[in-house]
Amino acid sequence: MVVNAAFVGRTYPPTAPYAVGREKIREFAEAVGAVDVVHFDPVQARARGYSDVIAPPTFAVLIAQKCDHQFIADPEAGVDFSRLVHGEQRFVHHRPITAGDDIVGVLTVDSVKVAGGNSMVVTRSELSTIDGAPVCTATSTVVIRGGE
Amino acid sequence: MSNSEQIGDTVLSLKDVQVGQQLPSRTVHIDRASLVQYAGASLDRNPIHWDERFARSVGLPDVIAQGMFTMGTAVNVVSEWVGDVGRVVEYGARFTKPVVVPYEGGADVEATGVVTAVDEQAKRATVELKVTCGADKVLGRAVAVVVLD
Repeated sequence: MVVNAAFVGRTYPPTAPYAVGREKIREFAEAVGAVDVVHFDPVQARARGYSDVIAPPTFAVLIAQKCDHQFIADPEAGVDFSRLVHGEQRFVHHRPITAGDDIVGVLTVDSVKVAGGNSMVVTRSELSTIDGAPVCTATSTVVIRGGE
Repeated sequence: MSNSEQIGDTVLSLKDVQVGQQLPSRTVHIDRASLVQYAGASLDRNPIHWDERFARSVGLPDVIAQGMFTMGTAVNVVSEWVGDVGRVVEYGARFTKPVVVPYEGGADVEATGVVTAVDEQAKRATVELKVTCGADKVLGRAVAVVVLD
């Protein structure tokens, strides 16, 4: 089964707000070995001009994957999750993800390419605060290997 | 910037950065505990990252690290170099080879980088990361953009 190319250009409704918490940022920063104090200490983060502790650059994947899930779990999309491999990930940060943010994501399917039974899908998640301020553009490429 | 200074005390200035400049390299030792910790923090619960029986059942040689974990640890060389993680405004990578993490011995991933472009108007520098595990280049087109002072 290959991915349904009719999904190119499709945009999904905004995800439920993701509440960015200090302890989740701490947990994620510790897991990737990030040591900058602005992940851990709100006082030092404010001294550097941030409104609270900020997330590591790849933290946005937590929210982007909630966006991607809408497409992957869509039965009409034809995505076999067990054959899915993450090929590429890119983030453009409009400002750091900060504790206290409530972030929604809008997913668009940018491209679907089918070759040799494999499908390559590029999705884009535009993350913004619930007030509409842009936070991050996350672009993900996944490959769905063809069946036997 | 001396090693005794804390990150954030000094953010790199435009005048301190040139094309061709090498970033300090850093080696991260990965074991099963690191992968489980990242699985919990990232909510990536795929068992190929912690259960070798499952990993082998789907044709992998052993447990493999989450690509996002490798990507997340590698960018530390850039944030520590620039002096403030909030200055990393773009970051992306291709997952070219899996990092296989055996129960015995784990795996060592080495990350370093080189400045490939400096935009004086925008005060931005582009860093290309080189991320390897043994002889394998595990991230491809790994590029970060930072904002300088």
